Amino acid sequence: MKQHDIQIDKDGELRHFLTIEGLKKPMLTGILDHAENFSSVSNRQVKKVPLLRGKTIANLFFEASTRTRTTFELAAKRLSADVINININTSATTKGESLLDMLQNLESMQVDMFVVRHNSSGAAHFIAQHVAPHISVINAGDGSHAHPTQAMLDMFTIRRHKQEFTKLTVAIVGDIMHSRVARSQIHALNTLGVPEIRVIGPQTIIPKEAAHLGVHVYHDMHQGLQNVDVVIMLRLQRERMEGALLPSEHEYFHMYGLTEEKLKLAKADAIVMHPGPINRGVEIESSVADGPQSVILEQVTHGISVRMAVMSMALGRSSLTDGQERGQS
Amino acid sequence: MTERQQNQDLDMPALLDTLSSELRHLLQSRNIKNPVMIGIHTGGLWVAEELHKTLGIQQPLGALNITFYRDDFTRIGMHPQVQPSNLPFNVDDQHIILVDDVLHTGRTIRAALNEIFDYGRPASVMLAVLVERGNRELPVSADVAATRIELNDNQHIKLNKENDALVLSVEETK
Repeated sequence: MKQHDIQIDKDGELRHFLTIEGLKKPMLTGILDHAENFSSVSNRQVKKVPLLRGKTIANLFFEASTRTRTTFELAAKRLSADVINININTSATTKGESLLDMLQNLESMQVDMFVVRHNSSGAAHFIAQHVAPHISVINAGDGSHAHPTQAMLDMFTIRRHKQEFTKLTVAIVGDIMHSRVARSQIHALNTLGVPEIRVIGPQTIIPKEAAHLGVHVYHDMHQGLQNVDVVIMLRLQRERMEGALLPSEHEYFHMYGLTEEKLKLAKADAIVMHPGPINRGVEIESSVADGPQSVILEQVTHGISVRMAVMSMALGRSSLTDGQERGQS
Repeated sequence: MTERQQNQDLDMPALLDTLSSELRHLLQSRNIKNPVMIGIHTGGLWVAEELHKTLGIQQPLGALNITFYRDDFTRIGMHPQVQPSNLPFNVDDQHIILVDDVLHTGRTIRAALNEIFDYGRPASVMLAVLVERGNRELPVSADVAATRIELNDNQHIKLNKENDALVLSVEETK
């Protein structure tokens, strides 16, 4: 599916951020570099810069979220944008038309950016195709398709700890099938040049096409964790699981839960990541989640910087401007 | 096309000498004993590194990257970034010497002052620049300037670092 064109404007700059797929390495590295600069803002007494003053950002959350919505809101506020949060309870029957009506109403209120979380794959993409030319759309998670800002904050966290991507072995453990996070992570890791990506989980929740994404599939966690630099645990998405894909949470933990003992199979300096919210005792043992190798709370902090970077890149495109470069001295 | 010309009047060691001795006088006359220094990325920081040494300032040098405070962000967008700001001291109640290479429109200094005040409330801020030129667009003036130059609109003055030496040159856009 060719869809990268819609994300990039005619000058090659980021207009929408819908999926990692199709974005080139310099763009991803650019996001990480900008995020690195924004991270200093959050350590200051006044955690705010005036970059997006006068811009309005609407958080459209059709699906519950605490961490993602809050960090998007904080990111926008630290850039001095005005933020409105709209939580919408969707009913499956009223999607198409009412969604477009609502967008038009928000556009009439001079909104500059939509941050969209939706339980249907492709929702953010759909919205991006229908907004006015000056409006940007950021995907904050759509169905089981993509969660690009989560993937980028994970890349940011990995780079902070491991510097070079090109020597790493990264394992993603759990419910790959239902995980938009895993999908985006795999694209990002591939693009950034990680030579070995492993996915570990039961056969029932690893999609058949996984091997096509350039990953190595393991069903035995003891084998899969051998010598990895980064362990990414996924949340067992109970609300997305229907039918008998798994025997029981107890058995799942026994087979695929990350315990201190299993973590010893990874490299001694391996980091443990999780996009949250964590199910303690289901996919990860508490002592690991809170242990010295866990960077789970750092991921949350980095989420703010990465979202600041993406928002300011999309709203600072030169095509939004009169194109006149003015020097300052 | 830009044409670079080395201006004979812009002798860097002499300019730095002038700047540091004028700054020393100013600090004396204002009775400021223990100032801190902040250089504006990138040229201002180079000048500040020199002054910080010659004036023997105790506290580490601060660096300011005003990108997030520019008033033309919506016109020019995100720039490839230099190092982020780093003020390795508490700015509250400090006497700050703010250093830049060229004072022209005054907009950089406006941005720098805004950023400094996001870190705290200094006792005072004074501005030291290597070169002051005309065409101010804001009510900003330098407390100390090593030289003042009148240039045409199509001329730009630029500080570069070549083999660890600072070189000031005038470029002309034709």
